[in-house]
Amino acid sequence: MVTSSSQTMQRLDSQFPIKAEVRSLDFYYGQSQVLNDINLAIPDRQITALMGPSGCGKTTLLRCFNRMHDLYPNNRYRGEILLDQRHNILSPTIDPIEVRMRIGMVFQKPNPFPKSVYENVAYGLRVQGRTQRSDLDEKVEAALKSAALWHEVKDRLKEPAFNLSGGQQQRLCIARALVTNPDLVLFDEPTSALDPMSTAHIEELMRQLKAQVTILIVTHSLQQAARFSDYAAFMYLGKLVEFQKTTKLFAEPQDPLTQSYLSGSVG
Amino acid sequence: MALRDSTPLNPWRRSRDRQRWTERAIELLLLLAALSSIATLLGILYVLVGESLQFFQQVSLWEFITGTRWTPLFGDPKYGIWPLLSGTLTTTFVALLIAIPFGTAIAIYSSEFAPATVREILKPLLELLAGVPSVVYGYFALLVVTPLLQQVLPWLPGFNMISAGAVMGLAIIPLVSSISEDAMQAVPNTLREGSYAMGATKLQTALKVVFPSAISGIMSAYILGTSRALGETMIVTIAAGLQPTLTFNPFEQAATITAYIVQVSMGDLPHGTLQYQTIFAAGLTLVLLTLVLNIIGHLLTKRYRERY
Repeated sequence: MVTSSSQTMQRLDSQFPIKAEVRSLDFYYGQSQVLNDINLAIPDRQITALMGPSGCGKTTLLRCFNRMHDLYPNNRYRGEILLDQRHNILSPTIDPIEVRMRIGMVFQKPNPFPKSVYENVAYGLRVQGRTQRSDLDEKVEAALKSAALWHEVKDRLKEPAFNLSGGQQQRLCIARALVTNPDLVLFDEPTSALDPMSTAHIEELMRQLKAQVTILIVTHSLQQAARFSDYAAFMYLGKLVEFQKTTKLFAEPQDPLTQSYLSGSVG
Repeated sequence: MALRDSTPLNPWRRSRDRQRWTERAIELLLLLAALSSIATLLGILYVLVGESLQFFQQVSLWEFITGTRWTPLFGDPKYGIWPLLSGTLTTTFVALLIAIPFGTAIAIYSSEFAPATVREILKPLLELLAGVPSVVYGYFALLVVTPLLQQVLPWLPGFNMISAGAVMGLAIIPLVSSISEDAMQAVPNTLREGSYAMGATKLQTALKVVFPSAISGIMSAYILGTSRALGETMIVTIAAGLQPTLTFNPFEQAATITAYIVQVSMGDLPHGTLQYQTIFAAGLTLVLLTLVLNIIGHLLTKRYRERY
C-alpha cells in the first residue's frame, strides 16, 4: 500500500520559484475521503503533470485550485493552497470568483459557449465588466495568438465557435482561459477527446505557453507526461506518492508504487 | 428487413422464424399506434376543410379575410373574420405578456438557483396550477380579477380581454416554465463549469451561458404556450365577452374565435346552414394560425439548434 513517505512535504531542490504550494490538503466527497494530506509545490512557469490511475484523486486535486468544488454541496476540504506564498486560495475569506479570475481552466472536452469565436474569448473580460471595444479587441487577439489560433480564425471571429474543429475548439478554450492573464492554468486531460494530430498541436502549444504561465495538467497518459512535463507527481488512492523532475521520476522512481505504475503493473 | 438464411440446415431456424413473425407483428402494432394520431388529424382536417369549402361557396374568401364585421346571425349577415381574430390575438398577446416573463423567470430560478428542497416544493405547486380546470380560471378572471381591476380602472367593462388574457397567462405559466426548465437542465454541466471557471457569477452563468444554450428548447416552450393561448376556450368565453368586436384594445370586451365557436355550437342552429358552417371556417382559421406558428417554431428551433 501507500508508504508513509508521501506524508512528508515533497520539496524540490529546483532553481525555480514556487508558484503555488499545497499544504496538508484533505478532501471529502460526503463521508468518503478522496485526498489525504497532500503536500505539493508547483514551480513557476513550468509544466507540472499530475498522473495516476483513475480514481486516484488527481482531478479532485486540480479542481481545488480554482475552488470548483464550491459549486456542489457535500464537498469538504481542509488545508491550504498558497498562491505566490501569500494568498490561501482555500481560505473561506477569499472569494472563489476572484480566484477563478486569476486561475484559468481548460476542460477534458472542448466546451465552447454557444457564442461567436470572439465572444467566447472575450467572455472572461466581459464577466469582469470590461466593455471597452479596443481593449477587448486587443486582448482577444493576443489570447488567440498565444493559443496559436489567430491565423486560423482571424477572418471567422463572428462565426459560431461550434463551426471550428474539435482541436480548434480546444485551442479556443485555451485562448479563453488565457485572456485574463492568469497566474496559473489548470488542464484537466485536455487532449483525451482529441485525435493524435490535434493532441500534438496542443502539446506543442503548452510547451510555448510555459514561458508566460504556470501550467498544471492532469493526464493519465504516461507518455504525455513524459513527453512535455517538467515535473510530475504520481498519485495513488488519494495520496501523493512521489513528486519529482519528470526526467528523474521516469528514470529512477524512488517509491516501489511509482516503479510498478510506470512499468505497467499497477493502474 | 428479414434476413434470408444462407444455410438450409440451420438448427435455430424454427425459433428464428417465430421470432421474426412476432417482431413483425409488434412492428405493425406500433405503426398502427403511430398512424392513429395522424388519422385523427386527417379526420379533423377533412371535416374542417369540407364544411369550410361549403361555406366558401356562399361567402367569398376575400370577404372572409378582409371583412371588418362578423355578424352571421343578424338579418344582414357579414362574414369578416377580423373581429374574431382581433379578440384571439389580443387575449393571446396579453397572456404571453404574463406567461413568458414569469415562466422564464421561474424556469431560470428553479433550474439554476433553487436549492433542491425549494425545487421539490415549486414543481408540484406549478403542476397543481396547471391542473386547475380552465372553467375555474374563467370565473376567477370574471369574479375576482375584473372586480379588482375595476377598483383601479372604474370604467373597465365587466367582460374585458385584459383580465381574461392575464388569467390565461397564469394558466400557461406552468407549461412555459416546465419546458424551459427542462431545456436548461439539459445543458451539460461542462458549459456551466466553463463559465464559472472564468470567474462568472451564478447570474452571469445563467443568463450568458445556460439561457442561450437552451434557447431552442425555450423557443419551443414559447411557441407551445402561444398555441395553447390561441386555442384556449373556457377562460375567454367566460371572461372576455361574446360580442365580436374589431379592437386590439385589451380593456374592451371582444369575442375570440374559440368563444364564438362555443357560443354557436351551444345554440340550436340546424346542421348544414350557412350559420352553422361559420364555425368550421373560424375553426379552420385557428388551425391554420397554429400551424403557421408551429412551422415558424420549427424553423427557429432548427436555426438555434442546440450544439453543446
